[in-house]
Amino acid sequence: MEKTFRLGGIHPQDNKLTSEAPVEIFPILPKVYISMAQSLGAPATPVVTKGEKVKVGQVIGKPSAFISGFVHASVSGTVTDVVPMADLAGRKVMHVVIDVEGDEWLPEIDRSKTVIRAIKASREEIIEKIKNAGVVGLGGAGFPTWIKLSPPPGKKAEFLIINGSECEPYVTADDRSMREQPEEIFIGGEIMLKALGIAKGFVGIEDNKKAAIAKMKESAKHYPHFEVVVLKRKYPEGGEKQIINAITGRRVPSLGLPIDTGCVVQNVGTALAVYDAVQKNKPLVESVITVTGKCIAQQRNFVMRVGTSFAQILDAIGGLPVEAAKFISGGPMMGKAVANVNASVLKGTSAFLLLTEKETKREPESACIRCSKCVQVCPMGLEPYLLYKLSKNGRGIAELERNDIQDCIECGCCLYSCPAHIPLLDVIRIGKSTALKDIKSRAAKK
Amino acid sequence: MNTVLITIASLTLMGFILAVVLYFVAQKFKVEEDPRIDDVEALMPGANCGGCGHAGCRSFAESVVKAPSIGNEFCPVGGNAVMKKVAAYLGQTVEEKKPEVAVVRCNGSFDNRERANYYDGYSSCKVMLSLYTGDTGCNFGCAGLGDCVDACKFDAIHMNSITGLPEVDDEKCTGCGSCVKACPQNLIELRSKGIKDRRVVVLCRNTDKGAVTRQVCRAGCIGCGRCVKVCPFEAITLENNLAYIDPEKCRLCRKCVEVCPTGAIHAFNFPPRVPVEVTMADALPLKND
Repeated sequence: MEKTFRLGGIHPQDNKLTSEAPVEIFPILPKVYISMAQSLGAPATPVVTKGEKVKVGQVIGKPSAFISGFVHASVSGTVTDVVPMADLAGRKVMHVVIDVEGDEWLPEIDRSKTVIRAIKASREEIIEKIKNAGVVGLGGAGFPTWIKLSPPPGKKAEFLIINGSECEPYVTADDRSMREQPEEIFIGGEIMLKALGIAKGFVGIEDNKKAAIAKMKESAKHYPHFEVVVLKRKYPEGGEKQIINAITGRRVPSLGLPIDTGCVVQNVGTALAVYDAVQKNKPLVESVITVTGKCIAQQRNFVMRVGTSFAQILDAIGGLPVEAAKFISGGPMMGKAVANVNASVLKGTSAFLLLTEKETKREPESACIRCSKCVQVCPMGLEPYLLYKLSKNGRGIAELERNDIQDCIECGCCLYSCPAHIPLLDVIRIGKSTALKDIKSRAAKK
Repeated sequence: MNTVLITIASLTLMGFILAVVLYFVAQKFKVEEDPRIDDVEALMPGANCGGCGHAGCRSFAESVVKAPSIGNEFCPVGGNAVMKKVAAYLGQTVEEKKPEVAVVRCNGSFDNRERANYYDGYSSCKVMLSLYTGDTGCNFGCAGLGDCVDACKFDAIHMNSITGLPEVDDEKCTGCGSCVKACPQNLIELRSKGIKDRRVVVLCRNTDKGAVTRQVCRAGCIGCGRCVKVCPFEAITLENNLAYIDPEKCRLCRKCVEVCPTGAIHAFNFPPRVPVEVTMADALPLKND
C-alpha cells in the first residue's frame, strides 16, 4: 500500500510537461537584479556599494535579523546600483544590480562535477557553512535551513524527511534533480543527518515520478540511513505537515512545528544546496527552475542564476505567447501571480509558468449549497466555509482563533474544490492575517 | 372529530399552564435595567453604524447613561442635533462639534495612472492588496474595488466608472468613519465640512520620492513644496515627500491649487472661476518671492 496523508487532499491535473526535459544551463544575461529578500524573515542588508567589482559567490548581503540570510553575487561584474525595486508583487525591496562581466568565481569554490562522498566537516562546521552559504528552504517558503537544522533546546529530532513529493502540477525541478543527481541529494541528506545527530532519514516521492523513484532507490542502496518511501499522488503532499503524516503517521499539533513530532523536513533542492555548500563551498547562487505552460512551444528545465529577471526569461523563450493570460512564479496551486515582469528570480523560485485564459478564468461566484466539499478536502481538518464566513464580516476574531484559523496552510484545496466558486482562501487569508495581528498585539501587551 | 377536540383542549391547557409558569419566572428573574437607556436609544438615529466607536446605538445609549457625563462621546450620524437632545434628556450639556465628511485622498484615476496588469480575483481591495500592490505602479493609491462602498451604510460613496475612484456624496455622508476603517490603503480621511462644504485637499498619499511618484501617476504629490511656500496661513506641512493641508488652518484661498505642478491639490465645491484676462503685468515674475 502506498502511503499518503490522512485528511483531505485533491487531485489536480498533473501537467508535468517538462518531466522528460533534462536540466540545461540557462545563459547568463547582461544584467542581474538580486533581491535582498531571498528568505523568510527580514531582508538582508546590502554590503556592496555602487561601482564595486564582485565575483560569483561573494557576499553582497548580510543577515539583518535572526530569521534572515546571506545573499551572494550570482554573477561576476560591476555593481551598478543598490536601489529599492519592486518585487513580483510590486512591493519595494532592496536590490543589488550587477552588470555582468565574464564568469569569474571565487577561488575556494569547487566547480568540478566530481562527487565528494566523505563528510569531513564537524557538526558545528556544517551549520556554519550552511548559514554562510545562504541556504534557504527551496520548497517554497524559503525558511533559512540552518535554523531548521538547529532544533530549539528541549526538542529532539528523530527523523529527517527529504521532500521529493513535488505535488504541484507542472513543476518538475525536483523530479529532474532526483533523476540527474541522486547521489548528491543523498550526500546532502547525510550531511543534514550529521548536523542533527540522528541516523534515520526518509525520502518521500509521489508515485507519478517513476523514473525518479527508480534512480533514488538504486542510489539508496549505498546510503543505508535512508529509506525511499513511495507516496500516493495527492495534493498537497509536499506540505511539511502532510508529508510527515504520510510517512510517519504523526500529526503536527495545532500551532506546532514539525520538530514537535521529531521530524525535520527538507526539500530535495535544499539537500542539493546543502551538498554544494558543505562539500564544494558553493553558496546558493543558482537553482533548478522549470519553464513551462501549455502555451509555450518548448518545455524546459533550466539551472538559473539568482537575479535573472522574468522579462529576460520571457525574451529567451521567444516573447510572451499570445494565449498566455497569467504569469506565475511557482506552481499553479501555491505559486504567486507575477504583477511585475521586471522582478527577478529568487533562490526559492521553482517554476516560471504561463497559464492560458481557460486555465485561470474564475467562474462567477454563486451561493454556498452546504455540500461540505471544502471540509472534506481540507488537509488540516478545518472548516473553510465557516472560516470564510467569519473572515468576511470582519468580526469574530476570537471565533476565528477558536476554529484554528492559524493552522491554515493556504494550500487552496477548498477554493479548488468549491462547486459554487466561492473565493474561500482569498477571504480566509485576510481573516488569518487579522487574527495573527490580534494575537501578536495581545502577546506584546503581556 | 374526537381527536381534534382532544388536541385543541390539551394544547390550550398546556399553553395556559406554561404561560403562568413563564409569568412567575419572568417576575422572579427580572433584569433591572435603567429605563433611560431605552429612551436614549429612541433618540438615536438607529443606523447601528458603529461610527461612535460602540457596537451599535443601544450600546452607545448604555454607555452615555451609565457614565457620569457624556464627555467625548459623539454620534457622528445624528450630529449636534441628536447630541443636544440626548444631553437635554440626561440633564447635561455637550460641546458642539463641527460636522465632518469623508474625503478620498487619491486622484489616481484611469487617466492618471497607467495599468500594468489586470486583477481578476475576488473583488475586494483587502484581498487584492494581500496578494500584490495593485494594478498600477503606485503602492499607496486607491485599489478601486470598493471596500469603502460596501462599508457605507448611508449609500454615500460610489465608484465612478470613468475615473475608477470612489466618490463621496457630501449630502449623504454622515462622517461615521466606516469607510475610513474599511480602506486598506488608509486613503480616506474625515475632514470638517467647511464653509458651504468647500474644502482644499491634497489628493495623494504617496510618500515615495518625487521622481518615483511621477513615474507611476500623473496626479501624485511629488513633494516639491511649492504649496508650502505659497500658503499665507502656514496650513500646509510637508512630510515624507507628501504635503498635507490642515483643515483647521486652511482659509480656502486656493493659492496652493494654482501652484501645484501635478494637480494633486484639489478644491471641492467652489464655483467655477470667472476667466480673467491676462495682461502683461500678470505675466511678469513676482518680486522677491
